[in-house]
Amino acid sequence: MTNKDFLKLEGKKQGLSMDKIMTIFCYVALITVVILPCFMIIYYTFWDGTKIDFEMFKSVLVQKENLAAMKNTMIIAVIATAFATLVGVFFAWLLGRSDIPLKGFMKFLFSIPFMIPPFLAAMSWDMMFSGRGGYVNKLLMSVFNLANAPLNINSILGIIIIEVVYYFPFVYMQVVSALERMDPTLEESARIAGASQLYVIRKITLPLTIPAISSGMLLVLITSLSNYGIPSMVGYSKGIFTLPTMIVELMNRSGGSFTGIREAAALSIVLFIVVAIALLLQRHLLTHGRYDIIKGKSMRPMLIKLRGAKYPLLIFSLAFLTLIVIAPIVMIILVSFNRAYGLPFTRENMTFIHYINVFTKNAMVKDSVKNSLFLAFSAGTICLILGTMLAYVIYKVKPRGGTLLEMLAVLPYSLPGTVMSIGCILAWSGAFFGISLYNTIWIILVAYVARYLSYVLKSSSAALQQVHPSLEEAARSCGASHYDALKDVTLPLIKPAMLSGFFLVFLPCMRELTTSILLYGPKSRTLGVAIYQLRTNGQINQASALSVITILLIIIMNNLVKYITRDRRKY
Amino acid sequence: MNKIELKNITVRYGDHTVLENFSLNVEPGQILGIVGPSGCGKTTVVRAICGFLDPQEGTVVINGNVMYDKARRINVTPEKRHLGVVFQDYAVWPHLTVYENTAYPLKKHGMKKDELRPQVEEALRLVNMSNYANYMPSQLSGGQQQRVAIARALTSSQDLLIMDEPITNLDAKLREQMLVEIRLLQEKLGTTIIYITHDQEAAMQLCDKIVIMQPDGSIAQIGTDEEIITHPANRFVFSFVGVSNFLPVKKVDEKLYLDYDEKIFYSDAVPEDWPKGKDIADMGIRPMDIVFDDEAPVKARIVSATFFGNIYSYFIDIAGHEYRVQRITAGNEEDEKYAEGVVTGIRFLSCKYFEREAKK
Amino acid sequence: MSDQIVLEHVTKTFTTKELGSVTAVDDFNLAVKKGECFSFLGPSGCGKTTTLRMIAGFEDLSKGSIYLGGKLVSDKAKNIYIPPEKRNLGMVFQAFAVWPHLNVFENVAFPLRVKKVPKDEIRKKVLEAMHYCNLDGLEKTFPSDLSGGQQQRIALARAIVVNPEAMLLDEPLSNLDPHLRESMRFEIKRLQKEFGFTIIFVTHDQAEAMALSDRMLIMDMGNVQQVGTPWELYNNPKNRFVHSFLGQSNFINVDVRGGTVYPVGGGKPIWVDNDPKHDGEQVLACRPNMMELSREEGFPCRIIKRTFKTDFVEYLLQIGKDSAIVQAPHRVLFKNGEECFLKIHNPSYYEKESDEAAKERERRNVV
Repeated sequence: MTNKDFLKLEGKKQGLSMDKIMTIFCYVALITVVILPCFMIIYYTFWDGTKIDFEMFKSVLVQKENLAAMKNTMIIAVIATAFATLVGVFFAWLLGRSDIPLKGFMKFLFSIPFMIPPFLAAMSWDMMFSGRGGYVNKLLMSVFNLANAPLNINSILGIIIIEVVYYFPFVYMQVVSALERMDPTLEESARIAGASQLYVIRKITLPLTIPAISSGMLLVLITSLSNYGIPSMVGYSKGIFTLPTMIVELMNRSGGSFTGIREAAALSIVLFIVVAIALLLQRHLLTHGRYDIIKGKSMRPMLIKLRGAKYPLLIFSLAFLTLIVIAPIVMIILVSFNRAYGLPFTRENMTFIHYINVFTKNAMVKDSVKNSLFLAFSAGTICLILGTMLAYVIYKVKPRGGTLLEMLAVLPYSLPGTVMSIGCILAWSGAFFGISLYNTIWIILVAYVARYLSYVLKSSSAALQQVHPSLEEAARSCGASHYDALKDVTLPLIKPAMLSGFFLVFLPCMRELTTSILLYGPKSRTLGVAIYQLRTNGQINQASALSVITILLIIIMNNLVKYITRDRRKY
Repeated sequence: MNKIELKNITVRYGDHTVLENFSLNVEPGQILGIVGPSGCGKTTVVRAICGFLDPQEGTVVINGNVMYDKARRINVTPEKRHLGVVFQDYAVWPHLTVYENTAYPLKKHGMKKDELRPQVEEALRLVNMSNYANYMPSQLSGGQQQRVAIARALTSSQDLLIMDEPITNLDAKLREQMLVEIRLLQEKLGTTIIYITHDQEAAMQLCDKIVIMQPDGSIAQIGTDEEIITHPANRFVFSFVGVSNFLPVKKVDEKLYLDYDEKIFYSDAVPEDWPKGKDIADMGIRPMDIVFDDEAPVKARIVSATFFGNIYSYFIDIAGHEYRVQRITAGNEEDEKYAEGVVTGIRFLSCKYFEREAKK
Repeated sequence: MSDQIVLEHVTKTFTTKELGSVTAVDDFNLAVKKGECFSFLGPSGCGKTTTLRMIAGFEDLSKGSIYLGGKLVSDKAKNIYIPPEKRNLGMVFQAFAVWPHLNVFENVAFPLRVKKVPKDEIRKKVLEAMHYCNLDGLEKTFPSDLSGGQQQRIALARAIVVNPEAMLLDEPLSNLDPHLRESMRFEIKRLQKEFGFTIIFVTHDQAEAMALSDRMLIMDMGNVQQVGTPWELYNNPKNRFVHSFLGQSNFINVDVRGGTVYPVGGGKPIWVDNDPKHDGEQVLACRPNMMELSREEGFPCRIIKRTFKTDFVEYLLQIGKDSAIVQAPHRVLFKNGEECFLKIHNPSYYEKESDEAAKERERRNVV
């Protein structure tokens, strides 16, 4: 019974005031954390202090440096997306439809890139392949007697390579789940119709997974366009800028001058427009051209026998995965135990000193651990409450403008982190009511809440929509008031989703760099910022040690989440 | 005293009127079935009784207490109407055990933990779920979950239950079993049950009295199963409670003919239910009441014969028009006789006459 | 008539982690004649779908051989296996399996395109097949815009377009609503008449199986229980499983003394027209439609409950310590509580079930 008229008719019950208060609260909260920052970016770009001004925007657009950054961004995004898609589809098919052994192990390897922040991966690749100094480059040069480094990671090609290996699992995940959900009889009926296995792949399997492929592809495209960590880690030293890194650079150069900030704001708008186009495309694909390929009977699809190609493919896959997944981690660990960066990894050079130094000699690091934990926990909690309330208001109270509320809540998620941060700086450095959060931890918290709110909203509203109205009505007919029904039935039922929503916020906050690099102050560095700065200061070994600790923290948290949110009572 | 009185209930959604001036009295101690095609408003009726929606007009009286009166601005909230409701999708709370589910209504009515235990146990015993008290609903089958829902409804109210399509989600075998159990429960406790369904067969099996609602939300007939089968109030009831054929007939000189291009004589007795003052009508007849008889004057050709085990189902052709016939399997050579293509005589046993309906 | 599909000693054993080795199909022998409509009926997990998939070539055999149109297509011992695409079969699946990225025309044309048939011939054949399946004018439509019934017709058209010798139907009607099921059943029958292909029809719905097939078999736990026409299986079941699985039945505990049948628990002799073979306690099994109530003669009993069904009236009676159901037309009505007389036509007699067998039956809950 989801008849709208029904709900209208039944909506005017008691508890009205409670529902109304929540609705108003949601509006106020979203205006504060979402609308104000966005508004300020536009305001700064087109208002020169006295009048409306388009000249500055135009001049930013044609500046040579900015044009180069735009070009770099586009080249990197397009090429990285294309190759990530190829690699992702290949592995999805290999694991979803062929009889290659060790599937479980490979699936585990694919999940690792999701746990390591991109800037850490980039840092590790930099250690391996940066010019003549990279460890792997050095090794290859001595083994093959090369005069030059085989691969220089500090280049556009380098950025592309890192993005491909880091992002192809996005495509892989989408496609493999489509393959697993696909009704095997769709392929079987083609076999019966006389088509050979290869023909079926070409004409049936591949076309049917195109929606999944393209949605994975766009995800890569959007992420690549707004990524800050990778280009800043490997490109900055060689003066290679992309839009996100250029924005940060402009912001840093400005030193707080009005014109400097305006330029950064203008470039943010450019970045936003580029991402928005990709987003519109994604939306279009999600609403159109979705096939219904869910399976009927539960049957395993026939696996394609690779025969002679089986072991060569297995060796190739394992080697590839080792290089892109295991090698970066090993690299960081090795460097973290190495006496000094650049020394060979021998027994004599092994030391724990960096782990000790990181915590004893460096107040910044201690702060950063505290800050990140505090931020992740508070952002998680605030998002949990606000997001669930939003979900309730949007899907159960259904006020006028409910869709607007939802759009507002999801907007910051689609905005590149850099853009959101610029907005926060502009809005919360005294622009409204004289509140200045600049250089404090609170501005980071506001930005985190804005950015990750939609995670909780999504998981809570999905759960809330699963709660059939009859479950609440059953409570009402059993003598429970509107409030009782909420407290006794609805909330307990969505509790697991709320909890997992909390961790969906907590984990990315722990490894965040993009937002905090713009917003941190002397006392409010996060883990990401600390690693980044250690490395920039040349303390690469300490940076690695802290990275290892961060990765460990993330892995522990991740397993904790799995433990907590696993179905204790299945329903 | 009536258990429930609905007076002049009107419910509109926008321009769409679901119920108009709907009135119904429910007598105590019986199972009353409300049956109708989907969209006829039967669910709206129960939602108005439960208080899940507020009719634009009308009065709802339960046990002599006014629960809703538009004119006098009385509206008792659902939790204070003291009903037990069983929903189609069970609506058993998945985060509570069977015991906790069943105890919930008593808790809400302010009972202490140790006071309510005997009542909960009794309710679970009544639905044969005593051994499952500590199970989670997800560990139970659909039928067991529905039993829990009934137990919960019973602790909420032993004396008035409302069941909205309670067996529709169960498989055929379980449906049958649940119907028997509901009946036994009612006989044991004397509960008044309002049973909503679109399945007229289930209603006839279970209910003491059946209300048949028409698609426009009005009541077509209220009666026992026998009354509805043997004396359907109108053409809608006749066609709703089973498979039906309608044959055009014409009365000429007090003799009855099948009214095709060529008139076929079949009877010289005009029945009592012949529409007054008309000389044409429609004969409504059930497939089982058309019987093969080689001697009979009306001839038909068998278009198809399908064996279903206990019955044979036929399509026959009379003067270019197809009708359905059914015959209980005899288990002997007679079954083979009426095969596809065979021409045979047919007789009409126990039929009803209705006014001719304009062709659509 | 020659045999179109022949299975000899077909056996399928699975090895699973939990259960070890499981025999899903055990020494299955069958010959389906050309142009016959043959049904596999059985409870879920009885092995009927596995058998069908072995015929189609989606599963290999653990033992035995399969012939299609006289040609050996699967043989474990000789290591022969012809892949599904070379078996020249038509197949229709429960979930329709029409390709959502192709329109109706392209769906139906697929098998011809695979075979590289010339374009204008494809067009002619596809339109013809669509016409037979009542899909005229829908060439450009995509399956997602069509109803379940229409989607299943696309699947049918796609199967008949290459004029296959045999058609495998895997529960093709289960996803349709009851009204559509009946009309699709007629449609399948009509197409078979038109094209003369052999049908193997897998279903768990007994009414469907009886209505559609020329012959059928009943399977349970990998074993064939009985093969015959629907009428034979319904009226002369070979064993208690077949009797109870196919259609409704009453099982009454009786004590036979001197050739006369008495209900267990005492009472007058039961009127039967089919005498038991020997004396002693046994189970009388009979169909509700083969029991006749009258006010004249027979075994005296009382109506416990009368229930109106749409097609007939059901009466619940007590015979000895067992209850029984009788089906009769609406025309003659008996009242609840009325005393009347019962005649039982053509009953079967089975040995008394052991307690374990009864428990096992209860547990499996299939019959």
